[in-house]
Formats: sequence, structure tokens, C-alpha cells
Amino acid sequence: MARMKFLCDAERCIECNGCVTACKNEHEVPWGVNRRRVVTINDGVPGERSISVACMHCSDAPCIAVCPTNVIYHTEEGVVLHDKDGCIGCGYCFYACPFGAPQFPNGPAAFGARGKMDKCTFCAGGPEENHSDAEFEKYGRNRLAQGKLPLCAEMCSTKALLAGDAAELSDIFRERALRRGKGFEAWGWMTAYGKDKEEAK
Amino acid sequence: MKPRFPLRLPAAVAALVLLAGCGEQPQVVQYEQGKYQGKADSRPWEGSSFNGDKAAWERALHDRVRSQNEYKRVE
Repeated sequence: MARMKFLCDAERCIECNGCVTACKNEHEVPWGVNRRRVVTINDGVPGERSISVACMHCSDAPCIAVCPTNVIYHTEEGVVLHDKDGCIGCGYCFYACPFGAPQFPNGPAAFGARGKMDKCTFCAGGPEENHSDAEFEKYGRNRLAQGKLPLCAEMCSTKALLAGDAAELSDIFRERALRRGKGFEAWGWMTAYGKDKEEAK
Repeated sequence: MKPRFPLRLPAAVAALVLLAGCGEQPQVVQYEQGKYQGKADSRPWEGSSFNGDKAAWERALHDRVRSQNEYKRVE
């Protein structure tokens, strides 16, 4: 059985935020909630690196371990999802997550209390009937049930962000790393895409 | 004619109301540590797109994942 993962190639990410925009648009994510974001280290300095971060769908997910109402679960494909109907918005999952993936919209609870947790679903919807209105409203589009991959990865212009079965992603990344090698220029086009065919001979 | 026990009916009603409190069911969810207690989810191939054909779903996904390797697409 597949084990779904994201893989972000920091050599290729150009911080375009296309993944963030694709996610927000596809799932109609409310204002103030970011299921995915791009983090840049050493911004503006030559050699800067960017990486697109969302829920990493951990194999041994700390959010599942700490959820007091036990409404976070693993699907057969290794995707971490949750049941919003049972979420009490306590925020324990946010404290436990090393990536800051769980997000909390404001309201509609009274007195400024946070709403139910929202996070990346790997475009796999949630515990509602596949493709139903209820599923879309609570969790967003279920692209996985359409035989498609998460839109953030499919929209990535440089193919820095990959999604799918971990073993197959490893194959793709291994081939990429072998082709581009590790040379003097450790940053830029050549590192990301490899040398020209003529030059490589 | 006056009833023999004029307060019998109100007393019976009051007793019923008071006793109803004794039969109150616990309204607090009992959580079991480490066990998912939310709603059951359907699997991706069980929707209208694949009608339960798991092999077709896996093939579709495999093709999508492989198409992310642009070396395979451009060469």
C-alpha cells in the first residue's frame, strides 16, 4: 500500500508561492488559515533556500498522540486526517506539531475563541461521503478520490514540490540528484536542473 | 363530593419529576486513549470516480506520480 508523502526540493523552490495560492483556491480556505506556506532561510542572501511546508503526514504523528478527543487518524494511504465534528479546538495538536501545520480560524465561536482545527488534507477530503458538499465545506476538495495528486504539487512550476507514494518520490529524487551531481556551483540553475547535455559530455 | 386525598395527583407528578433525575444518563463522552473516535471515512477508490476499483485507482495515481519526473517527459 502506498504511503503518501510530500517532498520539497530546496534546490528548485523559487519561492513563487504558487503552491500556497493553488491550495487556497482549490479548497476555498478561509481568510487567516494557511494550510501551506513557503519558508525562506537567508532571504536575499546568495545561497538562500526556500521550502514549501504543510502537514507532513507523519508516520508516527504527534498530533494523533496528543488529541484529547481522538479525532485525528491515519488513512490506509498514510494520510493524516481529522474529524471536524469532534474537534474541540483545544490547540494541543498545534503545540505538538513540529511544522505548525494545524491552523485555527477565528469563530464562529463566541468571545474570540478559536474554531475547529484545519490543516492540509493531502487533497484527500475527510470523513464524509467522497465528493459530497459536506466534505468540500469542511475539508476541501477530494482530489485523491479523483485519482489525482494534491494540487500544490501538480501546480509547482519547477517541480520542486513532489507528492505521492514515498518510494516513487525517492526514485524521482534519486535520479534528479544523480543527474545534477554536486559541483562547484552549489546554487542556481545548474544545480537545480543539471548541466547541459553537451557540457556534461 | 370532595376527593379523599386532594394532593394525590400533584404529589405523584412531583415524585415522578424528582425520580426522573435519578435515571439521568451520563452525558459526557468516554474517551479511549489511542483509539480513533471520529466518523468512519470512505476510501478514495470507493467514490463515484472509480466505483470501488482499487487497481484502477492505484494505476491512475501511479501515472500521476511518475509524470512528476520531467526527465521522463522531455526526453
